[in-house]
Amino acid sequence: MPEWLIILIKIVAIVFGFVMAVASLLTVLGDRKQSAKIQNRVGPNRAKLFGTSILQSTGIPHFIADGIKMVLKENTVPNGANRFLFNIAPMLVFLPALFAWATVPFMDQWCVGQEITVVEGYQEVCKSGEWRNYFQIMDINAGLLYAFAIAAISVYGAAIAGWASNSKFSLLGGLRSTAQMISYEVCMGLSLAGIILLYGTLDLNEMIRAQGEQLFGFLPMWGVILQPAAFFMFFLAGMAETKRSPFDLPEGESELVAGYITEYSSMKFGVMQLGEYAATVFIGALVAIMFFGGWQVPWLYGDGFHFGPPTGSPDIAIPYIVVVVLRVLSMVTKILFFVWLQFMMRWTLPRFRYDQVMTLGWKILLPLCLLNLIVTAFFAAVF
Amino acid sequence: MGTVNIKVMERHKQTFWEKSYIPEIARGLGITISQFFTNLNPNKSSRETFTIMYPESGTGHYASRWRGQHRLMLREDGQVRCVACMCCSTICPANCIHIEAAEHDDPTIEKYPRVFVIDELRCIVCGLCVEACPCDAIRMDTGVHMAPRTERGASFHTRDEMMKSGGLSVATRAGQRAIEDQLQDT
Repeated sequence: MPEWLIILIKIVAIVFGFVMAVASLLTVLGDRKQSAKIQNRVGPNRAKLFGTSILQSTGIPHFIADGIKMVLKENTVPNGANRFLFNIAPMLVFLPALFAWATVPFMDQWCVGQEITVVEGYQEVCKSGEWRNYFQIMDINAGLLYAFAIAAISVYGAAIAGWASNSKFSLLGGLRSTAQMISYEVCMGLSLAGIILLYGTLDLNEMIRAQGEQLFGFLPMWGVILQPAAFFMFFLAGMAETKRSPFDLPEGESELVAGYITEYSSMKFGVMQLGEYAATVFIGALVAIMFFGGWQVPWLYGDGFHFGPPTGSPDIAIPYIVVVVLRVLSMVTKILFFVWLQFMMRWTLPRFRYDQVMTLGWKILLPLCLLNLIVTAFFAAVF
Repeated sequence: MGTVNIKVMERHKQTFWEKSYIPEIARGLGITISQFFTNLNPNKSSRETFTIMYPESGTGHYASRWRGQHRLMLREDGQVRCVACMCCSTICPANCIHIEAAEHDDPTIEKYPRVFVIDELRCIVCGLCVEACPCDAIRMDTGVHMAPRTERGASFHTRDEMMKSGGLSVATRAGQRAIEDQLQDT
């Protein structure tokens, strides 16, 4: 197969098959159902599929009806709005959330020879073959930088949407989201500095490989074990980045109607929402990669399970193809778990006040991140 | 000069443990997560949701005096008991009963309703029609809830429809129902 075709298939499979599916179905629907379960309700179950009761109690017809409704609604542009900016703002929110997935690895590179051995130092060697990059759209060694750079662009989307709508609520919402996202981006980057120090790489795949090592010969060396404080800080900052509860100040219903998406209707509104959900999934993916070993299954290496440092034959031999499936499943499960956890947080915590959000970001998180970085640097230099 | 009593409220002082947020957030998450999994239990009886799946599963118990959809009672020969006296449509505060009277062939019966339509969308379920009826012709004890419908026309209940759910009534005088009658028609 030509290279471009493989890339195209990867893009379709990852972006449309996974991200969009999860972001739309599991979030728009799962969010509603999950909140219902938490609050002792039943959730959406009234809509029917062509008059039949197939899938009725799952609420999936509601999800389809919502999508159709979004597309069919009238697309309004408020009087006095800057039409051009008003129209491109949803794309600027949505596209970065999808572009950022280019560097997320769902599995290690594929060994074509399928004869894989693990040697001293946790190195997986592909005998009589070569590595092919089938599970990551783009393999660049500055993957983390790329992801952050792209994710930061969505600030423009929110700010432009707020300004171009010619509405006071939108403008305030846009300003709030800009301030909030920029404040928390600082903490997000700094909380990962310790991780970068320890792994010595910006390549996401390399990071995951490094997490396959075992601490003291039995404990998988996941990021959360090396950097527990950084995990909490990154998760918190990441949730603030996605602009959802308890950090949904930019669209606080009680004071700002819907913030910077107040004036949007039809699919433009839908795209804004989807972008937010896709960002949630992306934060879940970053947490999984950085702190929970990404596609790593504990003690599973290329040729099977090794309980202890992998030398010689594995304790439980497993064919390579099964290992691959297990690893992809592991990655997907971890992402879904963290999406679920973020929704759980959303339905657990009340909203912060705006000054509390800023205090938390600048006066608490930032010093803690710096402290974490200094302590990590100290340990990295000594040991 | 009067004195003002001021009650000083004891503020709950946050401990360091609570101020550090994370243990308290974890506690809150514990509550919501346990609730989430309780309500995911495949055994539905051990869930904590109170929602009744109406109209699929009905609403459970109705009291005997509960007012539901109307029904028109029948005579012993199966004809409608109503004599088209217009009492119900007169007292109806929602103006939802429409009756067109016609002369009855039987000389002992003065009139009968040629058309008897109740607009269940306008009905406010007050039950005054039942109390106004001098000959026990209309009752609201069907136990059928007025479910939302997609078509407006389906809510106009005609005489024959309401007679289908109606039972035999042998009441002799206004407001007084024989005990046998109550036993018979249920």
